[in-house]
Amino acid sequence: MKVTIDNITIEVEPGTTIMQAARQIGAHVAPPAMCYYEPLKGSGGKCRACLVKVTAGSEKDPRPMPKLVPSCITQVQDGMIVENTTNPQVLDARKGVVEFLLLNHPLDCPVCDQAGECHLQDFAFEHGVSKTRTIEERNTFETQDLGPYIQLNMNRCVLCYRCVYTADQVTEGRVHGVMHRGDHAEISTYIEKAIDNDFSGNVIDVCPVGALTDKTYRFKNRVWFTKPVDAHCDCGKCSGKVTLWYRGDEVIRVTARKNEWGEVQDFICNTCRFERKKTSDWTIEGPMKVARHSVISANKYGASSIKPAFPLKQAAEQYKQIDDNRDRSFLEPQKQLK
Amino acid sequence: MKILTQHIDVPGIETIDVYRKHGGYSAVEKAIKTMAPDEVTEEVKKSGLRGRGGAGFPVGMKWSFLAKPEGVPRYLVCNADESEPGTFKDHYLMMKSPHTLIEGMIVSSYALGANTSYIYVRGELMYVINILEKAIQEAYDKGLLGKNILGSGYDLDLFVQPGGGAYICGEETALLESLEGKRGNPRNKPPFPAVKGLYQCPTVVNNVESIAATSWIVNNGGEEYAKIGVGRSAGTKLISVSGHVRKPGVYEIPLGITVEDFIYSDEWCGGIRDGHKLKAVVAGGSSVPILPAELILKTTNGENRLMTYESLSDGGFATGTMLGSGGFIVMDETTCIVHNTLTFARFYHHESCGQCSPCREGTGWMDKVIHRIEHGKGRMEDIDLLVDVAKKIEGNTICPLGDAAAWPVAAAIRHFRDEFEWHVKHPEEATKPGAVFMREGASWTL
Repeated sequence: MKVTIDNITIEVEPGTTIMQAARQIGAHVAPPAMCYYEPLKGSGGKCRACLVKVTAGSEKDPRPMPKLVPSCITQVQDGMIVENTTNPQVLDARKGVVEFLLLNHPLDCPVCDQAGECHLQDFAFEHGVSKTRTIEERNTFETQDLGPYIQLNMNRCVLCYRCVYTADQVTEGRVHGVMHRGDHAEISTYIEKAIDNDFSGNVIDVCPVGALTDKTYRFKNRVWFTKPVDAHCDCGKCSGKVTLWYRGDEVIRVTARKNEWGEVQDFICNTCRFERKKTSDWTIEGPMKVARHSVISANKYGASSIKPAFPLKQAAEQYKQIDDNRDRSFLEPQKQLK
Repeated sequence: MKILTQHIDVPGIETIDVYRKHGGYSAVEKAIKTMAPDEVTEEVKKSGLRGRGGAGFPVGMKWSFLAKPEGVPRYLVCNADESEPGTFKDHYLMMKSPHTLIEGMIVSSYALGANTSYIYVRGELMYVINILEKAIQEAYDKGLLGKNILGSGYDLDLFVQPGGGAYICGEETALLESLEGKRGNPRNKPPFPAVKGLYQCPTVVNNVESIAATSWIVNNGGEEYAKIGVGRSAGTKLISVSGHVRKPGVYEIPLGITVEDFIYSDEWCGGIRDGHKLKAVVAGGSSVPILPAELILKTTNGENRLMTYESLSDGGFATGTMLGSGGFIVMDETTCIVHNTLTFARFYHHESCGQCSPCREGTGWMDKVIHRIEHGKGRMEDIDLLVDVAKKIEGNTICPLGDAAAWPVAAAIRHFRDEFEWHVKHPEEATKPGAVFMREGASWTL
């Protein structure tokens, strides 16, 4: 099937969504995604950040679609022509979506753990306007502890439902969901029941903003000061493939590995995430592949004193032997989570 | 010409014996004994009956879209959620004559080949649910429901499901989610319910009034039904009138009478209450654009506006509105449009499901801004802000609730901008109890 996005034509499999096709072309064409998360079944369609204009439905029926469509859940048709950043209507709608998402957002980026790797920051930077038009009081919520490791700051939440799908699909027993309606809707656990599950920590990784944070990492550091390193261990519960985040020679955070789109490759267990915080727990593979535009890369490519080889060298000198036959498949477009 | 409410005032019509004495359930006998399911669908197509819930999509066409894979059950779901402010026609019909709906359900289910059907009733109407339950039991007792209806071999089970009273559950896919026992969040479309609906099976969702009309169509033929009304607006429509008229209530009108007739003739609303003048009308439930007196009575071409889908939407949203669900709200010159818009905005803010960002945040924002204007704290730029916010919600949401929230605000500003400006400019005067702006030279100015 042929589909044209922003004047670039690509051949894709039937059943591909516009978002997937655009991602195959590259990051400069891919629409932003706040709620869509490829590994999670049923995600997408909610945030409306990825709205695009379909100017020709298909070869057979070249009529344009009357409304903007969410690219993450709209399947391509043969001969479809899509306008993403080349359409002013799309850009205007996205400005609106940024404005709506920030309307009740506390804008506490200076103290937010997610700052620097926040999808809302990226989205607002790319598509937002610099001036706010609201003078209304923001809706606020109390912070909640979801078990010993996770804290929920509902003020920052954009209700993408990713954590709900994760809790549904990765963890057993459904105690995590959305309560109430409209702008007073909130993520919550069943009558404040702690999420008590070996994989519950993954909700932190899927959260696009700083609503769900790791209590073992909270306020410890800024992400741009850290150096991410791929590592693995023999874990009986999960794949054991993680990213370690170093500050100096201290592991201050463990997360699952993410691809270019910020999507988790293998969900990891809580033991790996919260308990194994010594370098000796891990076999170091090498520096995480970070996109050059990422704020994290400042530590790796920017300053001449810190070379990309730094973690490799450090690990080789001080710790276990380096296994450089890393599985790179996580950089490829992903399959749906089974 | 009355179709649905012909016998509605007969004492005891809610019981099956009285209902049958007045020709009730003849459509079931005719359809099941003498017609093939496709023939029933064909009659409904010929009738030109359009969905009475608000969108006005042709019922026969909706039925023909129903996927019919082998070995997969199909469902008919009756949308009796009716929560649109200003609309109370289904409520009235079910309360007074429950068998009219049940007869329609049997005929429609037969046409679609559904063996299980549901009536999803809004949770607040518990007594209506009791009335329906009782009527369904009577129908079971007479062999009109259950196994082997009238010896034909066709089986149908009919269930009534109370909802939780959320406005969003009147949206068909949210209704299906709710019916499945989940949180009533609208689904992304496609797939449409006709392909994957209730329990992922092909499903048709129709309004109470649409389903109830099918039995008359079976009895008298689709062509007879198409003769009533004008052009593509065929048949009769229940209109629930509220507001400042002499005789508010539910009226069954043949589509095609003029709006002026409807408001002023003694047969229907009986005119505006004494000593007052018509200011504005919301013609089809709170979500359709409000129109000022001169535009609701006449189109911009100077023609009389008719009670039809086409005539009411003549001129687009710039000068027109929609027939919608038939919730006809009439306002005289004592109504403050800003206050009225605030009431609507507050409703949509409260009822937004919170799934998609434009509707979740936008409805709350509009509510807060209009609240400020109404309470004397508005700024001039707020008026344009509201227009822009409404524009950014409209069309960008998962379900039509976003549009429904945006339209009334945009229309109120489009037609009554001076009133909003007056609130901003003269906050002290505007916040006095009962204060209303009088437009100079307007037809409603006393």
